[in-house]
Order: sequence, then structure tokens, then C-alpha cells
Amino acid sequence: MAAMSVVSAYAVDISGAGATFPYPIYAKWADAYKKESGNGLNYQSIGSGGGIKQITAKTVTFGASDMPLSGEQLNKDGLTQFPTVMGGVVPVINIEGVKPDEVVLDGATLANIFLGTVKTWDDPAIKKLNANVKLPSQPIVVVHRSDGSGTTFLYTDYLSKVSADWKSKVGANTAVEWPVGIGAKGNEGVANNVSQTKGSIGYVEYAYAKQNKLTNTKLVNKDGKTVTPTAKSFMAAAANANWEATPGFGVVLTDEPGADSWPLAGATFILMHKQAQDAAASKEALKFFDWAYGKGDKMAEDLDYVPMPDKVVDAIKRSWAKEIKDKDGKPILALSN
Amino acid sequence: MEPAGRRTVADLALQTDAIGTRPAADRSRVLAKLKFSDLAFHGLTRAAAILVLLLLSGVIISLIIGSWPALSKFGPGFLVSERWNPVTENFGALAPIYGTLVTSFIAMLIAVPVGLMIAMFLTELCPQFLRRPIGIAIELLAGIPSIIYGIWGLFVFAPFLQDSLQPFLISVFGNVPVLSALFEGPPYGIGMLTAGLILAIMVLPFVTSISRDVFSAVPPVLKEAAYGLGCTTWEVARHVVLPYTRVGVIGGIMLGLGRALGETMAVTFVIGNAHKVSASIIAPGTTISATIANEFTEAVGDIYTSSLIALGLILFVITFIVLSFARYLLLRIERRIG
Repeated sequence: MAAMSVVSAYAVDISGAGATFPYPIYAKWADAYKKESGNGLNYQSIGSGGGIKQITAKTVTFGASDMPLSGEQLNKDGLTQFPTVMGGVVPVINIEGVKPDEVVLDGATLANIFLGTVKTWDDPAIKKLNANVKLPSQPIVVVHRSDGSGTTFLYTDYLSKVSADWKSKVGANTAVEWPVGIGAKGNEGVANNVSQTKGSIGYVEYAYAKQNKLTNTKLVNKDGKTVTPTAKSFMAAAANANWEATPGFGVVLTDEPGADSWPLAGATFILMHKQAQDAAASKEALKFFDWAYGKGDKMAEDLDYVPMPDKVVDAIKRSWAKEIKDKDGKPILALSN
Repeated sequence: MEPAGRRTVADLALQTDAIGTRPAADRSRVLAKLKFSDLAFHGLTRAAAILVLLLLSGVIISLIIGSWPALSKFGPGFLVSERWNPVTENFGALAPIYGTLVTSFIAMLIAVPVGLMIAMFLTELCPQFLRRPIGIAIELLAGIPSIIYGIWGLFVFAPFLQDSLQPFLISVFGNVPVLSALFEGPPYGIGMLTAGLILAIMVLPFVTSISRDVFSAVPPVLKEAAYGLGCTTWEVARHVVLPYTRVGVIGGIMLGLGRALGETMAVTFVIGNAHKVSASIIAPGTTISATIANEFTEAVGDIYTSSLIALGLILFVITFIVLSFARYLLLRIERRIG
């Protein structure tokens, strides 16, 4: 106990780097945490790839990535991984006279639009799903991200799961070889190009679409039900996932089963070394995330992120005790409960 | 005898020489001192100049080392392959190289004549009271950060082109053979033409400012003589001012071209970022620097990162070739003039 109070008597800055998607919530958590504990968080949102590189090079206490690493990759670099918050990706469109939540698309049609085989909005495949919507005979302009991003990973991962064509021709990654369309930088770039171009379709983070009142579509999920993107439908996707069976909780929440599941959800992940180089810094980082799981849910919801289910959080904390150790092989953070 | 406190070494040397109150040995000592300070100055400036060479070779070496995995994997095919597939880690540089050259070409095609005309107007024809405002406006254009051009291009300029210039070009050239291929496809607003136009605005100040400075350095007596012979203003500009300032003007153009080749932010926003080689200049494309800026942060995997560094090396080489070509051109002109 004495040692602990000595540690917290100094204001410690935890250093992390990586994904841009969770940056707003990490910044908000860090701000509140600093007020409570005096310890700050220095988080550089440089992108998931940068986060993975920096944690591998041991220049930061934790890295952050929207694309989970496989168990194999984690073992190779001696890393452990856990999710912090979830979010969703939504297709956004610009068709004259069409309002949000009006157009319904299914995975196969979405893949064919982005493959360039469905070329106009009055294509039979789209018409069949939208009997009541008046769709123009207008060419479809595809807009995608030009910068590598976790959003693109989730989106292409989903298309790979629902379309064999997509899987063999394009595949899933933070950046892919897009068959058609124009590339725009960042969520704001995609949103801007979609809102300027008649007949366009793109994809953005849910929080971004909601805050900017973009025209989103509904999607048909794995169970064949039509769902609307909301925090509830993201939660439903998370509830049906098999978290503990996946190494590093590396579940990608796309095309999950369940009647209410939004098929395009995903978590963002934290990467840390199993054997901490600087045990004190790692401990501070874990204390920060422990605090965030406990007190950060409301803040996350305010920013349209979805908190992790309690069951998953418990499992994550158990994994810390088991996996993150100091040089003597002792767990760095003893469980608080 | 103590030398006077604040006099310079040169004064002292003069004094000893002129008055001759001191023995000759002292004089050589003073000269040796002068020689030493000259040598020190020579050494310092030479070190500074050599530093540039060291830095440059350091950059080249690290680029080559960084790009080696990609270059050895893909070989010379890297330069001519249009593939850019991060999933299968199959990369080729053709599309970015093509986009870089095309956008820079469009930019120079517009900026060089316009820039020269502005400079000519400012030095030869402009009424005194207009010179300062126009001159300052040109320099302000150079001072605007490129990200501002990018945002302006995306939010204001691209929608404008989409509604006006692009439909116009498509309808006018739609039925003309060859030209129709140049303006094919839907008007996205963004694309290689938009990027080229933004670049033209960005390099305009470089061309204009330098041309104006060298134009105004033409000795008035040359122009007066030409006017005296009955030359028109056009003839004076064409046969006196331009030939006299050729070297400076080409220097300005090269500076502008250098910026156009390497410009990143503004281009990234408006080019459409598609890894494709298309004949149509209104189609989306990409450039070397835009590709690097877009993809570096999320490039996971050694070959991906290495391919991006290889793109950097290629841009370096392109710039080097362009600059050497400019030098060669200057040399030839000089030789011809004698």
C-alpha cells in the first residue's frame, strides 16, 4: 500500500498511440480521469497501423487498433489485447427525396454495388428490397475511404462474409483495392462527397452519421431481419458474439446472428506487452482502463459509442491478472473485486 | 605598444604598412592572422555546403534501404504495375506515377503562361498604383497553407466544377474523337483535372514572383533601345525581356514544378484517390505523395510499408530527373547563344 501511494503522489502520464476511431472517447475519459486521479493520458491518434508499430517498438505503454490482431500475431510479439468500446458503421446515401431509414439493402446487394456490378439505383436487386420507395434511374456513385482505417476494415470484412465475389476479388483490410468509386479522406471526406454527389453511396462511422444527420440505409442481417442502426442493435450484435473463445477478445462484430443484430458493428482494441518493460507505467494504464470500464459508460454513450457488456469486462479483467506480468512474473494489477 | 582597442585587423594592417613604425615581422604576423580567419571562414562555409550533400545522401540511402523489401519482391514490374492491393500485398506504382505527372503537367500548362503574363503586366504595363496590390495578392497566394487549398478545393471548387466546367467539357468534347476520351465519365467534381487546377493556383505565385523579379532586373537601356527602334511592347517583351531573363524564368518554373510534383495535402483532398490509370482527366486518380499521406498511418505489414517508401524513392528520382533535365536545357540554350 505504501508503494502505491508513493506512485500516485506523482502525476503520471500514461502514453498510448493508435486508432483514430476511439480518440474522442479516450480524450473524454482522460480528461475526467485526470480530474479524479491527477494522472493524465497522452494519446496520439495516429491510426491503427501506427499504434501496432509503436507498441511493437515499445515506444508507448499501450497501442490501439480497430483491427484485432490474431492470436498468432499476439504471441509472436508477446502482446495481449482487449476491447474498450464498440461502434457501428452505416452505409449513407444521397438520393433526391429519400429520407434516413427509408432504403433497405442486404449484404449481397451492397457488395455488388461496391463491386460495380449493380450500377443504377433502379436495379432490380435494389427495387426488390424497396417496393415502396421511388428510386430513380440514376448511376450509383461509390464513395470509399482513401486513407487506411478501421472503418474500412469492418466494412470490407462484412462484405467478405456476405459475398463470395467480394471475398475473392477484393477481400478485407484497413485499405483495399477498390474496384470502383472515388476515395475520400476520413469520415468527413466521405460524408462530404456523398452529400455533394447525387446518387452516391458511402459508409461512415455511426456516430458521425448521426451527429451530421446523414441519410443512412437499413440493412438485412444474418437472420434475414431488417434492422436500423442504433446503440441497441450494436449491443445485440455484441451480445451474440463468442468473446472468451477468441484469442485477445479479437471478435469482429460483423454479420453476427440474432434478430436485432446490426451486421456492421465492431470493437476497438488496446494492445499491451505481456511482460511489461515499465511495470509502473503499465499499471497506471490498466488502472485507467479499469476506471473507464467502471465509470466511463455514460460518457461513451453520450458520444454514441457502445460500452462493452459487463460479462466481457469481467473476463477482460481476469485476463489482465493472468496475462500482464512484471519481470518477476507477478500480475501487475491485482483485481479490485 | 598596445594596438588601439577597437580597430579592426585590417585597419591595423594598413596602419603598420603606411606609417612603417613597426618592424616587418609584425606585418607578416597580422597577415597570418588574416589568413587564418579567411581559412576558418572558408572551412565553415564549405562544411555547411557539404552538410547538404551528406543529408541528401542520407535521405537516398535510407529510402533505398526502406524500399528494398518491396523492390526486391516486385522487381522492375513495380514501376509498370497498376495493382495496388493491400489485402494480397501486391503493389505497383504505375497509377501514382501517372497521376503525379498528369496533375503536374496540367498545373504547369496553366500556371506558366498565366504567371508569365501577370509578371509581364506588372513590370511593363501596369499603372504604378496597381502594382503593389497585385504584387501583394500574388505573394499572399504563396503564403496560404496547402491544407486550406485542399479544404477550399473540396468544399467550394469541386462542387463548382461538378456543376459547371465538367458538364460543359463533357458536352463540348463528347463527340470529338481523341478529346472525348480525355473528358469521359460522370462529373464527380473531384479528379485529376480538379487537382491540376488547384495545383496551378498553388504554383502560380512561384512562377509569377520570380519572373517579375527577373523582368524588373532587365537594364532599362536595353528596352529603351528597342523602343527607340520602333518595337511594340509585345516585341520588347518577346525579343528583349524574355531572352534576357530566360535563366531566371526557367528557375521559377522549375521551383513551381517541384512544388506541383510533391504537393500532398491539397491534392489528397480533391484527386479522388483511386489507384487507376485512366485516359480521362476528369476521372479520379492518385499521386505519389497523396498515396503515402493516405496510407502510411494504417499500413500494417512490411511489404506494404516498404512499397510506400519505394513510392517516396520514385518521387525523389522523378524530381531529380526533372531538375537535371532543366539544367541540361539551360546549358544547351547558353551554348547556342554562345
